[in-house]
Amino acid sequence: MGIEIDLEQCTGCGNCVPVCPFGLLEVVDDKVQLKEGCTLCGACQEACPVDAILIEAAPAVEAASDEHRGVWVFAEQRHGQLKGVAYELLAKGRELANTLQTDLSAVCFGHDVAEISQLVAHGADKVYLVDSPELADNLEDLYTRQFIELIQEHKPEIVIAGATSLGRAFIPRVAAVLKTGLTADCTGLDIDTENRLLRQTRPTFGGNIMATIICQAKRPQMATVRPRVFKKNTPEAGRKGQIIKLDFDRERITSKTRLLDFVRDLTETVKIEEADIIVSGGRGLGKAENFKLLEELASAMGAAVGASRAAVDEGWIPYSHQVGQTGKTVCPKLYIACGISGAVQHLAGMQTSDVIVAINDNPDAPIFEAATYGIVGDLFKVVPMLTEKLKNG
Amino acid sequence: MNVIVCLKQVPGTTDVKVDPQTNTLIRQGIENVINPFDTYALEEGVRLKERHGEGKVTAISMGPPQAEAALREAISLGADEAVLLSDKAFAGADTWATAYTLAQAVNKIGQHDIIICGRQTIDGDTGQVGPELAEMLGIPFVAYVSRIEELADGQMRVQRMVEEGHEVIESPLPAVITVVKEINVPRLPSLRGIARSKSAAVAVWTAPEMGVDESRVGLAGSFTKVIKVFFPQRVSQSEIFQGELASQVDCLVGRLKDADLT
Ligand SMILES: Cc1cc2nc3c(=O)[nH]c(=O)nc-3n(C[C@H](O)[C@H](O)[C@H](O)COP(=O)(O)OP(=O)(O)OC[C@H]3O[C@@H](n4cnc5c(N)ncnc54)[C@H](O)[C@@H]3O)c2cc1C
Ligand SMILES: Nc1ncnc2c1ncn2[C@@H]1O[C@H](COP(=O)(O)O)[C@@H](O)[C@H]1O
Repeated sequence: MGIEIDLEQCTGCGNCVPVCPFGLLEVVDDKVQLKEGCTLCGACQEACPVDAILIEAAPAVEAASDEHRGVWVFAEQRHGQLKGVAYELLAKGRELANTLQTDLSAVCFGHDVAEISQLVAHGADKVYLVDSPELADNLEDLYTRQFIELIQEHKPEIVIAGATSLGRAFIPRVAAVLKTGLTADCTGLDIDTENRLLRQTRPTFGGNIMATIICQAKRPQMATVRPRVFKKNTPEAGRKGQIIKLDFDRERITSKTRLLDFVRDLTETVKIEEADIIVSGGRGLGKAENFKLLEELASAMGAAVGASRAAVDEGWIPYSHQVGQTGKTVCPKLYIACGISGAVQHLAGMQTSDVIVAINDNPDAPIFEAATYGIVGDLFKVVPMLTEKLKNG
Repeated sequence: MNVIVCLKQVPGTTDVKVDPQTNTLIRQGIENVINPFDTYALEEGVRLKERHGEGKVTAISMGPPQAEAALREAISLGADEAVLLSDKAFAGADTWATAYTLAQAVNKIGQHDIIICGRQTIDGDTGQVGPELAEMLGIPFVAYVSRIEELADGQMRVQRMVEEGHEVIESPLPAVITVVKEINVPRLPSLRGIARSKSAAVAVWTAPEMGVDESRVGLAGSFTKVIKVFFPQRVSQSEIFQGELASQVDCLVGRLKDADLT
């Protein structure tokens, strides 16, 4: 299995060199050489005029089962409140289900979850609700087993869930047991209608590269999606749908791990992943105390405070505020970046925001390329002026 | 206390640049490193062993032959043994096939109390291998661990991070955990470690030696398939304000008001 370059055939023309998205090909002594790291994407094979690049195809895959129908959305809740990502996924799921001419179902585990009918108003045809005091906390062992059982019984063709700390931890376990593919952190989902395939697009390499991924032979096709990537639909009050209450079988479904305690992080008054406006600070702030400036601006705007990794690494603000590849992905209506250079790893977490404002004293900072509006200037002057203006204007 | 640490060699991407002409990643000058999150996994493994005063830390990695360098570095940082899972058959593995291969290696290694992974890799970026590995081994799993409070007598109590704060979780051992960078500050290699990393043997296990089912590894064992790779389009239509700072701020506030953003 893998890629082979037939050196007899290779003319050293170099056509393949620029098409490799990873820059792994090089012509040495009139022959092409491949460095390590190939993902077998096939771009070079197409570019080769003499068919010298051989990629051994995966053995013919068995056809996907036709029994599987329907799109499922995992509707995450915490402490009885549905999370925003549940509605976002329903909006996308509705689109996918319509294209496939099939049903959309929401699956919710919890106890006394408020406003379950909202899932119908947001697009679900069916809601599978497993309600039990034992499911009040997000116990991943129980969730894993319960979800596997439901999927095995009802056989959906697509299952999507939020790439939250819960989703990222338990959905892979579900996929592992079901022996099916799972694509993490998708930013785009659409359907190849001819083959009923879910095309899953996601950033890799810290947002430098996008990859489109399919799961050909296994069902369900599974994906996690970061919160705030898709937009919610406006709820339709009279929408008809079925709410199916299922019993939780505590005899059969057990947990190996035990939750002893939950401690809330008190510094985060407005959650950045839910906020409409985020004011974010980077190394340009210089020290922890200067985050006060941002807090003042944030409170004038009803915004949450975010940060770059540099600011978090300096210990100026807790990690829960970090935006980026290794922090949170946010997609607010407005993102104000103050003293942040705009490294790809930071952009990966916020570049889909509706409006981006950059305040930075270096006109060449890459953040200005991502910005909708930019002010080149000292943030210690600009931010207080902005706060003042917003308070009084 | 026997610990297995899973680590991957990745390109250190801090300075990744895209060549505007060819639209490809510029690789020159990018070194391969241990996946940053896996250095915390390794450090935690070494600390556990030190705290318990006995046992060993085995670092395993699946990758091409040059991933041996990452394992040697792991030895310099305190790993006692290192195993490289390397075979052409493993190439092109997705997370399921990777987790399957690692699970076979864990079974071959035998007795262990805990398996530690990083929270995610910086190239693949999925964070799926840890939880999938746990499920394949049929043992408990805890993600995003930021502190091991206690670990003894076949039982552990850990803190793990969630969006709203942290949870305290108890689990029997053996278990798989993934760790976040809050958990520790990794040490620098010791002189003794560096010396040992030069002379120590790194075992290399191939597919036949591991007795894996070859239809479950590498590209053949991967359920997901990459059909297209492309560069994100950055539509740059920035408006950079000009003039006095005060009037720039006025302009900005005007734009935000017009868009109903204040
Ligand atoms: C594997 C990996 C993962 C990463 N993940 C993330 C992540 O999740 N999130 C993240 O943010 N980063 C991440 N990074 C780090 C990233 O590469 C950058 O190092 C980081 O984003 C830089 O933060 P910064 O912009 O605050 O600092 P800098 O790059 O130092 O930029 C500071 C900016 O502030 C400006 N400035 C200074 N003083 C002032 C002033 N008085 N007024 C106005 N402007 C001023 C400067 O001109 C400069 O542009 C990651 C890196 C790696 C390798
Ligand atoms: N090829 C590999 N060899 C060893 N460990 C790996 C490999 N790939 C992933 N891992 C482990 O799994 C974690 C999550 O990886 P990923 O799912 O690729 O983001 C990493 O931090 C490593 O601990």
